[in-house]
Amino acid sequence: MNAREEVLARLRSALGDGPAEVAVPRAYRRTGTCDPDRLAELLADRLVDYRAGVHWSSQDGLAETLSALLPAEGPLVVPPDVPDRWLAAYDGQVLVDSDDAPLGTGTLDGAASVLTGCATAIAQTGTLVLDGGTAQGRRLLTLIPDHHVCVVPVTDIVDTVPEGLQRLAPTRPLTLISGPSATSDIELSRVEGVHGPRRLDVVLVR
Amino acid sequence: MNAYGTGHLYGPARFEKAARVELAKPQLRENLRHATHTIRDRREEVVDEVPDWEQLRESGQAIKARVARQLPELLERFEAAAVEAGATVHWARDADEACRIVTGLVKDTGASEAVKIKSMTTQEINLNEALESAGIDAYETDLAELIVQLAEDKPSHILVPAIHYNREEIRDIFRQRMPGAADTLSDAPEELAEAARTHLRRRFLSARVAISGANFAVADTGTLVVVESEGNGRMCLTLPETLISVVGIDKLVPSFADLEVFLQLLPRSSTGERMNPYTSMWTGVTPGDGPQRTHIVLLDNGRSATLSDPVGRQALSCIRCSACLNVCPVYERAGGHAYGSVYPGPIGAIISPQLTGVGENASLPYASTLCGACNDVCPVKIDIADVLVHLRGRAVDAKRDTLSAERIAMRLLSWIMSDPRRYGRALRAARRGTAPLAALLGGRRTVRHLPWPLSAWTSSRDAPLPAAESFQEWWQRTRAEREQAQRGNPSKGETS
Ligand code: SF4
Repeated sequence: MNAREEVLARLRSALGDGPAEVAVPRAYRRTGTCDPDRLAELLADRLVDYRAGVHWSSQDGLAETLSALLPAEGPLVVPPDVPDRWLAAYDGQVLVDSDDAPLGTGTLDGAASVLTGCATAIAQTGTLVLDGGTAQGRRLLTLIPDHHVCVVPVTDIVDTVPEGLQRLAPTRPLTLISGPSATSDIELSRVEGVHGPRRLDVVLVR
Repeated sequence: MNAYGTGHLYGPARFEKAARVELAKPQLRENLRHATHTIRDRREEVVDEVPDWEQLRESGQAIKARVARQLPELLERFEAAAVEAGATVHWARDADEACRIVTGLVKDTGASEAVKIKSMTTQEINLNEALESAGIDAYETDLAELIVQLAEDKPSHILVPAIHYNREEIRDIFRQRMPGAADTLSDAPEELAEAARTHLRRRFLSARVAISGANFAVADTGTLVVVESEGNGRMCLTLPETLISVVGIDKLVPSFADLEVFLQLLPRSSTGERMNPYTSMWTGVTPGDGPQRTHIVLLDNGRSATLSDPVGRQALSCIRCSACLNVCPVYERAGGHAYGSVYPGPIGAIISPQLTGVGENASLPYASTLCGACNDVCPVKIDIADVLVHLRGRAVDAKRDTLSAERIAMRLLSWIMSDPRRYGRALRAARRGTAPLAALLGGRRTVRHLPWPLSAWTSSRDAPLPAAESFQEWWQRTRAEREQAQRGNPSKGETS
């Protein structure tokens, strides 16, 4: 017997007592109770709690808000499909990642910031979800630069974790981000800033 | 015939012997006390703000019970989905086989080093040692694992393997053993974290092979999930060309939607956060993004043997949050190393003996006062105390011929403990019996012989004197007070 067959055979024999069917209760909250108008505030509150920067912007003021947040010189990394209007007021150097000319890890390591959108955001837990979709790019873009600026339209915010996961396609590469990188490894106290971006700025657009 | 697990699942000494050595280290006890109390409080705060916590626990428990029941089918489903998505799936009966597979895979890439994400499963199989003897350097990248590796020590906690060190000790380890660390490095956690960042940066950017575990494996989709904080996990999961994930077969969940339960239960229970900073999920290979070769090693190593015990199998539901360690009075005093296994604390006391066969780890089911604090915090509602008592019976059965008197006593004890009222009565009787002793012993709170029937405990170990008030009695007494306080106090927490 090969290992696969043997492990499966062991498991089948271990269940020889024929354990009963188990019904799974689902009495937990799947949808939130938060007033939709207040979701963005709840998200902001949670993000601040984990030391992310939170900035509010109108659609029209977005380019200005972003350029004020981004380092004047750059270099700024962006995925290929980031909307032009986001960068309309930015004068620094911009490095565009693309399938044809992917940015190397060294280049990314030397970049000052990265600017992306997200797939959805979960208010309850202060979580941004990236799935490699529009304006998000490859996973390493939001990992290597030390500063991540993420644009979140308030209409993309959901209340609960179940609502957030429902919006995702499981087989895409998914990254859930809740605050800047952190560790609790020293005396179990939380310290922000280890290997991932040490600064996370979230721009809420309403 | 059960096939048991091998690897870092037992130590050289019985628990009570090893614990006595650890108890003699005051700094260790102070470090543990400080750390476990910090995390306990944080956990409680974020759990209290979830109004449907109990409902989430009930779902988590039921999902995992269903997984156990359908494990063979779910594994086949997981394998098919992962292969379809471009992963290669391997099976390992035990630690040695898993180590051979991983070592072979690393060698096939031509690389002589690999970066590692913190993974208890790879610690369980002693993978680093196996890689080393094959001439492959494995670099731990999680801060706590890095500390333990630099110190040439062993993990003592499943979430924070270096929990037994305080910041001064960590600073000294870094100064002495981390290449490039400045002599002026201070003990400020921010500076220590920065030192680790600098130390590992180049290694991440040049790594060709990464080795991970997984917190969850989704049967329907072949998706693996890693929950972490620092970003070292994301580095390992994204930058190298080849990714090898060693996954215990107990890590399965049936569907992607089930993650909505566990991603709420796990972070709050483990680090006391609403959500951990980073969670990565990947399915096979994504062209142009991340490792283009992904391997998954499905590991048994005693899990099938654990599944064969109808009472004990619930230990396979464990999501390794470590909440039970952090509230355990025995763990807090003895520390993780005393358990000999990579899995310490209450979960260790029930999982290690089942993975290895109770005979190999017969002292671990006794590494508990059965106070029940672990049951109360377990996010998947494992009845740890019940499994402990059950395993004590099995440990005694294993020695049937020589110790029949103890076996009978243990059965009686198990009968007493299976009913809270009976247990309460026995404890009160014991307290009366030991009251004069307590006066005599002064400050010492352990006794070598408890009155019958609790003498079953002390026939082979010291027991703490029964507390002046048991946990259950305390709970009864204070519950009324707490309920009253809550009524007078509008509930804090959720703003939604
Ligand atoms: S037994 Fe329960 S509390 Fe302990 S680590 Fe496992 S899931 Fe957490």
